[in-house]
Amino acid sequence: MTKSVKQEMIGLNGDEAVAYAVKQSDVDVVAAYPITPQTIIVEKFSEYVANGEVETEFVCTESEHSALAASLAASATGARTFTASASAGLALMHEMLFVTSGCRAPVVMAIANRALSAPLNIHGDQSDSMAQRDSGWIHLYVENAQEAYDTVIQAFRIAEKSDVLLPVIVGLDGFTLSHTLENVRVLSDEDVKRFVGVREFLNVLTHEGKSVPFKLDPANPMTMGPIAMPNYYYEFKRQQDEAMQNALTAIQDLNEEFATVTGRKYGNGLVEMYSLDDADVAVVCVGSACGTLKTIVDELRQEGIKAGLLRLRTFRPLPVEALRSALENMKAVAVMDKSLSFGGEGGAVFHEVRHALYDSKKHPPIVNYIYGLGGRDSSPRELRGVYEDLLQILKTGRVEKTLTYLGLRE
Amino acid sequence: MSREKTWKEIAPAGVCSKSSVGFNTGDWKTYMPVRDLEKCTNCLTCVMFCPDGAIHWRPDLGKIEFNYEFCKGCGICANECPTKAIRMTLEQE
Repeated sequence: MTKSVKQEMIGLNGDEAVAYAVKQSDVDVVAAYPITPQTIIVEKFSEYVANGEVETEFVCTESEHSALAASLAASATGARTFTASASAGLALMHEMLFVTSGCRAPVVMAIANRALSAPLNIHGDQSDSMAQRDSGWIHLYVENAQEAYDTVIQAFRIAEKSDVLLPVIVGLDGFTLSHTLENVRVLSDEDVKRFVGVREFLNVLTHEGKSVPFKLDPANPMTMGPIAMPNYYYEFKRQQDEAMQNALTAIQDLNEEFATVTGRKYGNGLVEMYSLDDADVAVVCVGSACGTLKTIVDELRQEGIKAGLLRLRTFRPLPVEALRSALENMKAVAVMDKSLSFGGEGGAVFHEVRHALYDSKKHPPIVNYIYGLGGRDSSPRELRGVYEDLLQILKTGRVEKTLTYLGLRE
Repeated sequence: MSREKTWKEIAPAGVCSKSSVGFNTGDWKTYMPVRDLEKCTNCLTCVMFCPDGAIHWRPDLGKIEFNYEFCKGCGICANECPTKAIRMTLEQE
């Protein structure tokens, strides 16, 4: 902590923390369309533009599909680009999400996670971004407003690394984080600018036989994302999968580098382990509920119960090795899902954590809890109940129920 | 035909290694345009309408020229020609 740079503590909600980070990150273009609970990000940023606090080109688009199309185009010219959305807005971007990742455009997008219609619901759950799991974007999920600020700054560097070149979603829970005021330690403009630096470019060979920076430039014309026939499409997709593997390293490196500047880090960047080393029972969770779960872990530890928490910060690329080594020695594991894969017998996080443990020699029982859909509150008492269920599994050696709908009226 | 490259050898995002000039796209047409020199007035309407830029005005020759390596045989030129100087004929003929 002593080596970290000077920081100022200010009151910001999650959305404002994101906007503040974007303001400081030397962003060239922001193209966005407002949607609850992301609106504050766009509103706040347009204020910065109107006040002349940034030189960013701000594009008000007529829809989210256009917002991402404009962001992709800007990014393809070499501009550092940011956008933000949620729920139906992200769903409308679906087509462009794949085009953006396929064009290897390092756009950073904040998602204030919100439920999807119908029935219409503006409140927080993670259905929106979980539904975009396979769109080729890196998915980082934060626990609080401080981490939202820190992660957006890191995200530009992760996305722009020449061996990554993938767009990044930074997910923050709608309302719980987006609209809740917290004390956030912010860096000076100069320190953020120094950290993010200027965008790096890979050199590619064009049709003119020239080796030039990978960006659209009239002086060095190139074609991006044209038609690829069955004899080449597959090869481009394989490249994207490799870039995801490279992102595992980039995320960890940036987490470390950020720590040397600020004194703050989030586990190894991929997963954060809380009282997990010697734990018997563990919960795996994504996002803001981890804050409550940490309090419960402390409570249980004081009672002599070996409880732990694994916070999955990086969902894509999935840190398979980290999950396996962290969880294989547990005696029982519960996975929390704030979204539901209808008919899939559980949520996406559950499926993937179980997948990560399949190749392990040890197979602790793993159960799934769906919680918080459409902004349903999950009380500390209910979340403590998850640990109590795990202790019951330990006692009886039997799993009664693999899938539980937490906080649902039965 | 040259060897197809592996995923490690190609640029990302489908960045083209060759220009379309070196890639003949007109080898699958059914009909090809044929001009009647008697009727053609060199008005260049066909040059303007060709969606593939496959008709060129050759000032050195004082006439238009079809580039059959890029012409897809769509027939727009024949349809637009004000003097009906372009006829679409089966390529095999």
